[in-house]
Amino acid sequence: MITDVLTIVWKEWKEVLLQRSGMRRGWLNVLLMVAVFGVFLPLQAGRDWVTSPIVLGSWAWVPIMLVANIIADSFAGERERHTLETLLASRLPDTAILLGKMLAAVSYAWGITLVSLVLGVITVNATHWEGRLAMYPPHLIVGGVGISLLTAALAAGVGVLVSLRASTVRQAQQTLGVATLLVVWVPILAMGMLPQSWQVRISEALGAANSMGALLGAMLALAAVDVGLVVAARARFRRARLILD
Amino acid sequence: MSDLVIRTEELSRHFGSVRAVDSLSLEVPAGIVFGFLGPNGAGKTTTIRLLLGLLEPTSGRASVLGLDTRTESERIRQLCGALLEHSGLYERLSAEDNLEFYGRVWRMPAAERQKRARDLLTHLGLWERRRELVGTWSRGMKQKLALARALLHRPRLIFLDEPTSGLDPVGAVAVREDLARLATSEGVTVFLTTHNLAEAEKLCQRVGVIREGRLLAVGSPDELRTRTGAPRAQIIGRGFDGSVLSLLRTRPEVANVQLHDGQLSLELRGEADMAPLVSLLVNAGAQVEEVRKGKASLEEVFLTLMEEER
Repeated sequence: MITDVLTIVWKEWKEVLLQRSGMRRGWLNVLLMVAVFGVFLPLQAGRDWVTSPIVLGSWAWVPIMLVANIIADSFAGERERHTLETLLASRLPDTAILLGKMLAAVSYAWGITLVSLVLGVITVNATHWEGRLAMYPPHLIVGGVGISLLTAALAAGVGVLVSLRASTVRQAQQTLGVATLLVVWVPILAMGMLPQSWQVRISEALGAANSMGALLGAMLALAAVDVGLVVAARARFRRARLILD
Repeated sequence: MSDLVIRTEELSRHFGSVRAVDSLSLEVPAGIVFGFLGPNGAGKTTTIRLLLGLLEPTSGRASVLGLDTRTESERIRQLCGALLEHSGLYERLSAEDNLEFYGRVWRMPAAERQKRARDLLTHLGLWERRRELVGTWSRGMKQKLALARALLHRPRLIFLDEPTSGLDPVGAVAVREDLARLATSEGVTVFLTTHNLAEAEKLCQRVGVIREGRLLAVGSPDELRTRTGAPRAQIIGRGFDGSVLSLLRTRPEVANVQLHDGQLSLELRGEADMAPLVSLLVNAGAQVEEVRKGKASLEEVFLTLMEEER
């Protein structure tokens, strides 16, 4: 099973990185992402980039955006380019195809996020040196690494469900775009509409999240949602339905 | 003709009120090219999907290589190759990467899949262009590559769904020749769907004719000709006018007469002797240059079967 999953990951990576719109373009996209999240934003934020808990929000959001960028193509793209039926007619088990598609997107997004995390520290220390090394506190390292992985998996789970149903990549991208906007903007807009006293209480609660226990709790909740999404996607994956759709 | 690689019993698949495949009972022996003929929408592609276990039958059963399509579909797909309605190639990858991917899918060891890919691409005249993106290739080249992909893991049975459809005549001939050569050298059984009757006539040892999901006839092309097509004769010459045609129509051994481009086409009843008919024509003032006697083409058999079904 693992070999089959990795075979799909190999093919997806090859398409995403090496050949999609040309080899240079594929790698340039990755470098651009790393430059923005590993150099430009840390340069702007200074030493706050490695100490402020608000940065956790970035590490949660960046993988969602990166996954959404490529996961729409996973099944809708294969369907649109008429490669899906041949893939389904191969010996690969359903679970291997599904997990391979998800793992390819998660590893792409998480890889860029981790490289950006490391590069961010280097950038901050190189440009805002104050005589001592600026480093993420332990809870931010755990949060940055763990939350980014789990939100990448969340986006991959939702993305695969959308892509399985969509008849074209554009349709999948539009649906995922709306979903991403809702995830990012609905909490922000809702927060602004709450009474002042509620806002203070929520801010205090978020401040308390600056602890390892709260982070681990949030990560557990996210992991549970991720598992639920994988189970839902597995239930949705039916060869006959995919072919006849 | 020893073992059966495909056996279906009353196999049916309905989509709502549409019977895409209707009580199909079919046997395909090992080691041959079997042609599944039918017009568009006859149920050919649905049959392949059922045999690969990609669709569940509504009723009936089918076995492929002795495996049940309902319960052992994964194993069937492991042992078979397929070139379906679309080539299924990844156009943003090179030809080499396409074969590398499917070699990994079939868990071929690295050295073996590289050697096999090299052999097949060389055989098909594509080796020099293996690093080019498939999206830049002509349709004929893509079909050849898809054929290589279907044969990569040395399957015992391959399903080819209209492999020359949409190709220009030169491309179609090239793919057909490669297919015939590979089928012989690989010793693989081929289940080929087509509505190109000349193709079936050249490639297939046995054919089945399907229409609206129902199997109308099955046998070797010769058997079908004998069963459904009457003996025919063509007479080339001059002076074939209306009176000559009327005269021929009075003869009991002549079932039908047609005049086309100055040539007479006769449909005969049984193995008729041509000599009295030629004398009749000459006595009526016609000049006979050449007489050809033969069986109906597969196309004529096919059209007869379609006509009978209506």
